[in-house]
Amino acid sequence: MNDIFRDKVDIELTVNGEQVEARVPAGQHVIDFLRQDLGLTGAHASCEHGVCGACTIRVDGLAVRGCLMLAAQLDGAEVWTVEGLSDSNAVRDLQDAFVARNALQCGFCTPGMLVAAEELLSRGGVPGRAEIREHLSGNYCRCTGYEAIVDAVESVARQRAGKATA
Amino acid sequence: MKASAGGYARAADLGHALEMLASAEGMGRILAGGQSLVAAMNMRLSTGDLLIDISRISDLSGVREADGRLRIGALTRHADIGANPLVRTHAPLLADAVGHIAHAAIRNRGTIGGAMAHADPAAEFPACALALGATMHVVGPKGERDVEADAFFHEVFETDLQPDEILTAISVPVAESGERQVLQEVARRSGDYALAGLCLVKRAAGHRVSLLSVGPRPVLAREAMKRLDAGDPEGAVAALRSEIDPPSDTQASAGYRRHIAGVLLRRAVAQITGEMA
Repeated sequence: MNDIFRDKVDIELTVNGEQVEARVPAGQHVIDFLRQDLGLTGAHASCEHGVCGACTIRVDGLAVRGCLMLAAQLDGAEVWTVEGLSDSNAVRDLQDAFVARNALQCGFCTPGMLVAAEELLSRGGVPGRAEIREHLSGNYCRCTGYEAIVDAVESVARQRAGKATA
Repeated sequence: MKASAGGYARAADLGHALEMLASAEGMGRILAGGQSLVAAMNMRLSTGDLLIDISRISDLSGVREADGRLRIGALTRHADIGANPLVRTHAPLLADAVGHIAHAAIRNRGTIGGAMAHADPAAEFPACALALGATMHVVGPKGERDVEADAFFHEVFETDLQPDEILTAISVPVAESGERQVLQEVARRSGDYALAGLCLVKRAAGHRVSLLSVGPRPVLAREAMKRLDAGDPEGAVAALRSEIDPPSDTQASAGYRRHIAGVLLRRAVAQITGEMA
């Protein structure tokens, strides 16, 4: 060990539109930082090896696995979690559709589902059901069987496309 | 479990990264997209690493064409390779492979250099590199060197990279007129590791066949390539099944993998001949 490598790293970033400064352990992943240091418990730490998708958040405009990114890598980043996307109404229609169609039961996967679905819908157009399934294939739900989730995402895509052309 | 890193440092440029790697005395670990490394750290399969974060070195990212070769920076992300027009035109195998790699959110972070340096025998990009005859561009304290893909992949997670070296780019020959490149694989679910996968490249000079998930490293199926060149696809299937030595594990038996490999070769040949007809 030498003084080039730090076991605590200083970072400055924005989270849900707010400036944050923090000193984080070198090996801490983004989800533990968000949950334990910032109290943002929407994104979940579950499998912690990139398989389940419950930790999906938006970093610099892209949906990423929060568990596969270190907090130390967030310096200068723009982070959005389900809390911010919810407060800003970015995913309000998706949330309403998930409720209306029973697209969640225990709700553990829902924040990750919303962030992943929002990335797909942000590209515009109305994706087919196969495309929706493929895009959400990295987000596990152990309750619903996915059918209602695909229904919800598809219905919002149609709503948004309708508004765009209205 | 939680990760145990020995330390973290962010590299400003390639020279800085090499200096830090040298100072780490063998404990240095290059952090690029982190999609395999951070998972391994979280599971404590890798502990005490002195992390050298190269992900901000902008000149290690991007795709350019020069002198009949396509050069892809090591930090180019999977999603960007899949969408890149130069890659789609000149190395469509790499663009097609992207859809098979994990999931959208992982493709947003994972890098092609990381995939090559990690050398997971179940990964798509290393097998693509073999099939395309890619060159790995490496830099170390003694300067730059090039390594052919066939010499680069040694064993599970082991490559020709020395502890003080960094993979900076890969390059592949630009696809010639009429060249065909296809990837076929079988996985239980979208984004899972393939039970077996196969790349087939057909050039004027002959066929190239590589496989993933059938051994400790991606392999070229040389006997199958010869049979395809001789116009004998069924002979190629038989040759392929006898020249590979796949492992048995909880996902699939060796015999099943061997069977699938032959099926994939038939599908790949049909895809090429069908599309050309």
